[in-house]
Amino acid sequence: MSILIYAEYAEGKFKKVAFELASYAKKVAESLGTTVTAVTVNAGDVSELSKYGVDKVLKVNNDKLSGFTAKAYADVIKQAAQKENIKLILLSSTTDSIYLSSLVAVALEAGYASNVVGLPVSTSPFQVKRNAFSNKAFNITEIDTDVKVLGLAKNSYGIVETASTLTEEDFNPTIGDNDFGVKVESVEKVSGKVSIADADIVVSAGRGLKGPENWGMIEELASVLGAATACSKPVSDLGWRPHGEHVGQTGKPVATNLYIAIGISGAIQHIAGINSSKVKVVINSDPEAPFFKVADYGIVGDAFEIVPKLIEKFKAFKAQN
Amino acid sequence: MKILVCISHVPDTTSKINFINGDSEFDTNGVQFVINPNDEFGLTRAIWFQEQQGATVTVVNVGGPETEPTLRKALAIGANEAIRVNANPTDGFFVAKQLAEVIKNGGYDVIIAGKESLDYNGGMVPGMIAGILGYNFLNSCTSLTVDGTNVKAVREIDGGKETVATTLPLIIGGQKGLVEEKDLRIPNMRGIMTARTKALTILEPVAAPIETKAVKFEKPAPKSAVKLISPDNLDELINLLHNEAKVI
Repeated sequence: MSILIYAEYAEGKFKKVAFELASYAKKVAESLGTTVTAVTVNAGDVSELSKYGVDKVLKVNNDKLSGFTAKAYADVIKQAAQKENIKLILLSSTTDSIYLSSLVAVALEAGYASNVVGLPVSTSPFQVKRNAFSNKAFNITEIDTDVKVLGLAKNSYGIVETASTLTEEDFNPTIGDNDFGVKVESVEKVSGKVSIADADIVVSAGRGLKGPENWGMIEELASVLGAATACSKPVSDLGWRPHGEHVGQTGKPVATNLYIAIGISGAIQHIAGINSSKVKVVINSDPEAPFFKVADYGIVGDAFEIVPKLIEKFKAFKAQN
Repeated sequence: MKILVCISHVPDTTSKINFINGDSEFDTNGVQFVINPNDEFGLTRAIWFQEQQGATVTVVNVGGPETEPTLRKALAIGANEAIRVNANPTDGFFVAKQLAEVIKNGGYDVIIAGKESLDYNGGMVPGMIAGILGYNFLNSCTSLTVDGTNVKAVREIDGGKETVATTLPLIIGGQKGLVEEKDLRIPNMRGIMTARTKALTILEPVAAPIETKAVKFEKPAPKSAVKLISPDNLDELINLLHNEAKVI
């Protein structure tokens, strides 16, 4: 009755969320007196998982699974769970894992709770705390089924190192042709830039920047910090920045370690989308901007003066650390 | 082509979120309800298919009579008919089970649900319907075109997008991109008048096992006040981010 995690692996390495998920699973496994099993798809070296408490890896290697296909991957996870008689399956909250989770849950007749933040509130009955109402509240959900699926919200637990002895096992689930009803024809990824989903730091700017020609300093600040760039909804609606950068309630959610908002007043819908970020810095010329109410650190002043100075300060800091 | 658009009846994005009855229930007092934004993008795309490709558009909601104004609004925007499954939507699986039943009986070709609702943010209903019915499924869908039974669609992925080919029947978890914000329609007077006479069928729910239940709600702890830093003392910000917040 081990706990199963799906450890996402892409472009030659595990995603960071896989380590967070393993860390979380290890802690839950300790409280239940059990072990952690990971399933991987076409992963290379899996030994890194032993740093985060994974006891066993089921390695699936299959050319049919070379591109992500939700139904087929869900089938893999289902069969792994059945093989190991798993009662608790944990997935992360990447776009791919969210896509999979409900398919896995239905296939195993498992109750599913998404957006889980923190360790179970209780294991009998099994209750977890989840984000709800766009981060304006939490919902304690009880799962009453024998098999349970949890989706862990990004950056809600953190990465904790716990060394373990890892057993590797090849696993060959049956993949049927009917798993491939949706065929990927092409993938476009912005290369050389940190994506909002993967970033530890996000630098976001709003209408306060006055025009798209002023984004150079935002890009530079992001590049100094190794951060992703984002923007408010009006900015993407005006076409100053691509839609993919729009963060907020109807845009992309952000749950990052550090969110720097420049020239964004902080509409309630924007805040809802970024509020799971741990630390928020707000730079705005209007001291009454609502964003200051939810910020950790604030600077009242002109972004055009402050941002270039900040870039120099961060550069100096990076050079020393 | 028969399209079913699943509509969640959710608090407006600016609503104050409070709970009653020992924090076990959402306080709807004074709350304005709207069509879930992710569903509205899908509905607007469905109306495009209706106008350009002769599709019929049915909207459906699982909920009590209080959700009917939201369904009427969808009819005023242009949907042909509406269905309300008369039940309290207890969890994602219950809702998916009800919708799967409607889909089986109605023979829909395209089922559009928002990838997530703005109230419980579960993000599970479209995938669960697909799991129950075994239909093709695309989540986080930002573009959808249909030619006969062939479909081209785009899915947003972390850091980019992918283009897929699939066939009907298809379920999508929709979002912004299916149409843009500027394409959303505000019902006009004629739409509102005709919506009053369009069919709104009430169905009773089918049995579904209780898998999960919301036990209680909590509000986040009040936030401590912002620390203001002088624009002339940016070293202090670096210091706080490094030593206090430990994020750089």
